[in-house]
Amino acid sequence: MKNFRVTQQEIVLVVFVALFAICSVFLNGFLTTDNILTLLQNVAVLGILGLAMAIVVIGRGIDISLIAALAVPPGLVLQLVQYGYTLPFAISLGLGIAIIFGLVNGWLIAYAEVPSLFATLATGIFFAGLGQAFLFELEVVQWSEGMNGFEWLGQGSLLGVPMPIVMFGIACLAVAFLLRRTRVGAYIYAIGDNLAASRVTGIPVRPIVVLQYVLAALIGCFAGLVLASSVNSMPTRIYSSTLIYDVILVVVLGGIGLSGGKGGVINVILGTLLIGTMLNSMTIMDLPYAAQNLFKGIVLLIAVIADTLLNPRNEETAQQGDI
Amino acid sequence: MRDTLVRLRYHYWPDHWIGEILSKRWTETAIPVFVLLIVGFWLSQTIDNFLSPTSLADTARQASEIGFITLGMALVVIVGGIDLSVGSMFALSNFFALFALNVLGWPVPVVAVTTIVCGMLLGAVNGILIGYLRLRAFITTLITLIIYRSAYELLIQDYSNTIAASFPDFPSWDFLGYGEVYGFPSVAILFIAVAIFGHIFLTRLRPGWHITAIGGSRRSAHNSGVAVRRTIALCYVASGGLTALGSLFFAARLGTVGGDIGVGWEVTVLTATVLGGITLGGGKGSVTKAAVGTLIVLMITNGLTNMNVSGGVNRMVLASILLIAAMIDIRWQKNRNRIISKVYVSPTYLGLPEPPETEIGRGGPFEQNDKLRDVSLIGLGRIEAPEDVILDKNDNLYAGSRHGDIIRFLAPDYEEMEVFAHIGGQPLGMAFDRQDNLYVCIGGMGLYKIDPDGKVEKATDETNRSIYSVNDDSRLRLADDLDITDEGLIFFSEATVRYEMDEWPVDGLEARGNGRIICYDTNTGKTRTVLRGLRFPNGICVASDHQSILFAETWGCSIKRYWYAGPKKGKVETVIDNLPGFPDNINLASDGNYWLALVGMRGPAQDLAWKMPGFRMRMAKRVPLDEWLFPNINTGCVVKFNEKGEILESYWDLKGENHPMITSMREHKGYLYLGGIQNNRIGRYKLENADPEFSQYGTRWGKS
Repeated sequence: MKNFRVTQQEIVLVVFVALFAICSVFLNGFLTTDNILTLLQNVAVLGILGLAMAIVVIGRGIDISLIAALAVPPGLVLQLVQYGYTLPFAISLGLGIAIIFGLVNGWLIAYAEVPSLFATLATGIFFAGLGQAFLFELEVVQWSEGMNGFEWLGQGSLLGVPMPIVMFGIACLAVAFLLRRTRVGAYIYAIGDNLAASRVTGIPVRPIVVLQYVLAALIGCFAGLVLASSVNSMPTRIYSSTLIYDVILVVVLGGIGLSGGKGGVINVILGTLLIGTMLNSMTIMDLPYAAQNLFKGIVLLIAVIADTLLNPRNEETAQQGDI
Repeated sequence: MRDTLVRLRYHYWPDHWIGEILSKRWTETAIPVFVLLIVGFWLSQTIDNFLSPTSLADTARQASEIGFITLGMALVVIVGGIDLSVGSMFALSNFFALFALNVLGWPVPVVAVTTIVCGMLLGAVNGILIGYLRLRAFITTLITLIIYRSAYELLIQDYSNTIAASFPDFPSWDFLGYGEVYGFPSVAILFIAVAIFGHIFLTRLRPGWHITAIGGSRRSAHNSGVAVRRTIALCYVASGGLTALGSLFFAARLGTVGGDIGVGWEVTVLTATVLGGITLGGGKGSVTKAAVGTLIVLMITNGLTNMNVSGGVNRMVLASILLIAAMIDIRWQKNRNRIISKVYVSPTYLGLPEPPETEIGRGGPFEQNDKLRDVSLIGLGRIEAPEDVILDKNDNLYAGSRHGDIIRFLAPDYEEMEVFAHIGGQPLGMAFDRQDNLYVCIGGMGLYKIDPDGKVEKATDETNRSIYSVNDDSRLRLADDLDITDEGLIFFSEATVRYEMDEWPVDGLEARGNGRIICYDTNTGKTRTVLRGLRFPNGICVASDHQSILFAETWGCSIKRYWYAGPKKGKVETVIDNLPGFPDNINLASDGNYWLALVGMRGPAQDLAWKMPGFRMRMAKRVPLDEWLFPNINTGCVVKFNEKGEILESYWDLKGENHPMITSMREHKGYLYLGGIQNNRIGRYKLENADPEFSQYGTRWGKS
């Protein structure tokens, strides 16, 4: 038994292949180029968000406010362009807001030492409320003249591949480079593995943690821009949806343990594909939205139970205050 | 003039209260209560009819409904977890209650019971997953939040019209929703009952202690045999049950199954929990905190709604409160001990006149000499920290040791040594009573009695609590020295009520009258405090008149007399003031006078610092502990004084070779036996012109 250890990654791969095979056989119109492209296009935004979440989770954190970062800065960009500001100005202001979101999260978590989950739970609500109360005129911020040309980001295609997929690919490469080829990436893994030891080693733990959340917010903002340009508007009510659970689902299913220091971009891609297949097949089967959520929840639960059974903890190894 | 101002300022302003109040556990509850009062006052000023009975009753109903959920959340947070699924469980239980009543037509009591069982089952799912399967609480309850919510949405698609169509009419159901008992809403009364039980449960009952223990340290709880997994699982079951209880009243009051019931309530409840001061991560929290947090959050959200603030601002305010409360709580938990240790030390003014001369060649009774150089040593290297020494009627020598033992050296040569009794704390002053029982003051423990066979028995370890003291001073912290009167009263000193034994130099830094003299009556077994506000009272000796005791105030550098009987009963009189050193134990001398040990000598720096409380306060705040001013205890002496307080002679060990430190001395048959709390020996000095038959035991209790 000792040499036989299944990683979650392998399980997910097997489940994904099986699910994909079953869908291909039993569902009409699943295994067509068009449907596969649609599937990928639909989960591209989710995948980009998954990358953002992965950076934070690898550093033993979690960012619940990601959806606010997805909705509010791009919404602001669209709103400003509606008011007649130029697109570059609007985008730089949007990115600026995203960076501020990240800095606030990072400061709360690294310096004020609020647990990441509570900090981002609260800041997510705060940012969403900020957008709702002061930034947007309507709940759906509409596309305007000034944005013309920008929709290429969401609706164009490169060599026949829709742009959102290309964007997801680019984001994957960028994050993979960051995590695997740079010093900052190594620091993030080290912090996720053992924060106290990293601090003792001399890694600037607090700035790196802040950087994680800034990067997450920026990637979230990028995902929001892709989303907005593909649907020609920014539906800001998205932060009330269950999208954040899908993002966590992608990361956890993909095999990036919530205890940090493990996993990488490949896990996000795997998780995204699995979720994409699931959602796509449920849509083809015409399940109601609530039933889809129920199903997703049960799958997530099974994934977490499997994770616990594969990486068991007991009273001796559990970390105090780990909730 | 300036001195007088400083003296008055430090005499009347109670600096020491700040540290004592902060170290009380109830300050953590007091802060949220204070916030609640501010919020309540602010709302009553800005909103009309806020304090009207209808409005208050309405608030009470809502608060109780949410309060039940907060209690459940508090329980789960205290055990070290979190329950995000409460909002969805609330919606599902609400649906179940209405479904059972309106569609299935069950009687109200059955509906009530089954609804709660339904909630407990929903909670049991969380409990099994988190408690037994050891899943992470946050992610697990997040998932059950989605699952329960989806289930609720699927259910109301099918049944909401059926439920809305029927109008149940049961008086008992209405009583749940709108009933009042003497003007109090029914739900509020039940909530108060549950809260009182919850308080007793958490603070007084074994399962409650287990919950706190697991939250405080899961591993230690597991290793001490607490059923960790079962307890955790049951906490989630209780959370589900309490949530269902809240939803039952909600269902009776509103009777709707709207799509947004319970949405986002987990954040509201979590905010209430954290705002009340229940620490995330577990181990700390109380029912009061949960209730206060609920009231604050509810008042703020209702207030904002009343003021027509937009939903966005409402959310921002709630999120900010959650963040600020979490930040304050985390900072406080992290720095509490540091803050308290910084403000706890609160020096006072102590102005002593110039000390008398001790230099050689200047004359006077304190003139230094080298008489003690010739002491012979007993138990060198074999005993540690003999604070006091005493001899019994068979001439055996007793001394305390740092290891918590009473050591006996056997007469006549005191070479053989044995452990007479083991007590466990540092023995300090000792005295024999008429029946040969040895009474010992034990630092940190109290007054103990050892019978001639070496059997240890507690005499007393508590006294009456003083009304105006913030610290609970009923327990004895540092019982120091004692003597026994003819009537069987034991007077003993407690050096300080603010510090533990190892912190005694810090008490010297304060120089406040923190000590007291306590009387234990061996006839009745009663203990009471007779004198308060003394500056480190130390040695005690029953005076020759058998109506008064002499006692030393170490930091006061004085000897005082207290009459416990006779015409001057209850009066205190100064016998000697302005000693050149710090007086310790007092004992009888064979010529009718008294021996006094000076444990250390005053220095100009110490005297000056005592006149500058601000300087000492800054030192305590800014300088690390090991660099604080420390009273000199390297050189001391033994002096003899008479009834009038005149110093007759003094005995010094100038080089400090044989007897470096003296905390006590006992005259016995022509010899003076010397003890010192930092010594590894007992000194024996041959007295000239002393009565060779004198023994303290014989003088006090008669030769037997």
